[in-house]
Amino acid sequence: MNATEVMDNQKDKKPSKVKDFFRKLSRSWTGMIGFSIIVLLLFLSVFGEWIVPYDPMDAPLSKGLLPPMTDGHLLGTDQLGRDILSRIIVGARVSVIIGLATALLAGVVGTIVGVIAGFFRGWIDVVLMRIVDVQLSFPFILLVLVINAVIGTGLTNIVISLAVAGWVIFARVVRSEVLALREKEFITAAIATGVSKFEILVRHILPNIFTPIIILASLQIGTYIIAEASVSFLGFGVQPPEPAWGNMLNEGKDYIFSSWWLITFPGIAIIITALGVNLFGDWLRDTLDPDLKGE
Amino acid sequence: MLDFIVKRFIQVIIVVFLALTVVFFLIRLSGDPTTLFLPPDAPREQIEEYREQLGFNRPLYAQYGDFMIDAVQGDFGESLRSGEDALGLVLQRMPATFQLAFAALIVSLLIAIPLGVLSAYKRNTLFDRIGVGLSVVGQAIPNFWFGLILIFIFAAQLQFLPSSGGGSISHMILPVFTLALYSISRFVRFTRSAMLDVLNKDYIRTSKAAGAPTSSLVMKYALRNSLIPIITLVALDLGVLLGGAVVTEVVFSWPGVGRLLHQSLLNRDFPIVLAGVFIIAIIYAVINFIADILYAYVNPQIRVK
Repeated sequence: MNATEVMDNQKDKKPSKVKDFFRKLSRSWTGMIGFSIIVLLLFLSVFGEWIVPYDPMDAPLSKGLLPPMTDGHLLGTDQLGRDILSRIIVGARVSVIIGLATALLAGVVGTIVGVIAGFFRGWIDVVLMRIVDVQLSFPFILLVLVINAVIGTGLTNIVISLAVAGWVIFARVVRSEVLALREKEFITAAIATGVSKFEILVRHILPNIFTPIIILASLQIGTYIIAEASVSFLGFGVQPPEPAWGNMLNEGKDYIFSSWWLITFPGIAIIITALGVNLFGDWLRDTLDPDLKGE
Repeated sequence: MLDFIVKRFIQVIIVVFLALTVVFFLIRLSGDPTTLFLPPDAPREQIEEYREQLGFNRPLYAQYGDFMIDAVQGDFGESLRSGEDALGLVLQRMPATFQLAFAALIVSLLIAIPLGVLSAYKRNTLFDRIGVGLSVVGQAIPNFWFGLILIFIFAAQLQFLPSSGGGSISHMILPVFTLALYSISRFVRFTRSAMLDVLNKDYIRTSKAAGAPTSSLVMKYALRNSLIPIITLVALDLGVLLGGAVVTEVVFSWPGVGRLLHQSLLNRDFPIVLAGVFIIAIIYAVINFIADILYAYVNPQIRVK
């Protein structure tokens, strides 16, 4: 038996990671729902502009405020005659980008800070954690709003605002993970045998904090998406005419007494998205880290 | 304990100080607001004069120093729009915000605690599943959207509640429920798990075995013992409620600090923004301070650390 045959044999015995993932996922119907919603969102955010029934920016004023199911507009049209379904489909991309980009940015910054604080301890830990404490003692949504109002609106700036307000949670969680790891025997053994600090960090610490970071990120994405919608609703964040669910609600609120569909459907899109991400995040936490089950 | 309180109090002061510093520099970095208040074709001298009058031409550190000295004395300058005292405007709006936040808190508790207790008691029944399911959905609903839907149903369609403004009980109902939604969802889940924790304890099992009636078991022993973690969470969530109040106030044109702050951000009326941030930072820090002390009082391990 040569080496490749051995590897093939092992492969047959051990189900692949992807298979394992779906096997575990299929046992939880909430996880399945969450995962399906996420797949749908990703699909819409990539292919959305090719499957929309109408041009989301096309505004034939004569067709303004059509109720749902009229003239081929499944969810109706807005005050400018733009098709709401098309705008919701295209708007999915904004939410997906904001959720993922913020989680990435906040996650990376928070991880770096958390690792530095937890691994090196000492005064730098004290200073960094004091900053985290201070920031955590201010309402998240208000912080996002003030930062965004000051640095300016737009997709990039809302991501920056959310990440600046959101990195602290990652820093705190990563720090406590690193602190717990440092006490583990394999780390103390590595230190005792003279492995360099850098190597310990890269080879032993980082791979072991990856799972909690992914879990936290998946649980935070829903918060970011709702926060973006709130900030855009308040007139900051993503600006019209670019279709985003939050600013669709902002524009629609003036027609609340006459045209309910303007505010109803983008809101449902936000809820389904946040629900899907949260369900998937809960499932991920319960599967990867059973200790945390049920908080 | 006293040591702990003093330490935490110093932290409160640092929080407020840093919050002001950060917001001050953020605002100044985004440029001075004079251009917004003068016509675009205003002569150069007039712009300079206006900047000098407002102190925007001086070096940043000098502006910061003056600002801090004034801020400590409660002077945040005047509104750039109306010329009224900034802190005064904010304080004037405080009662309305408190009214909204506390009413929402009480409503959340009145709804969530019984639901959470029942859910835990009827664990894994249909009732429990629906309760938990609704609270999961509730956490995914943006509160401003919920507010809009309430306005649509109760103000636009049924026309028996006002959609905006303040002053009477009927004005309060929709904003209070809007703001309470998220807290209700959180409190239900939390009460449930706190109750389950206690219900699984040995002493409950023992009293059950000894024949204590279930109702007294739940009410007398389990609920009383799970109230401690619930109170702590509630105290911590007051801050979240205040944050949520900003958005809710805008939806319902509620005359509170949140709406004032929102308008001031739109108008770039920075003295009011700074005064508002100052007040909110203080309130938030004090709430956390009280929650921490409460927690330390209940759990002595915290004090030693």
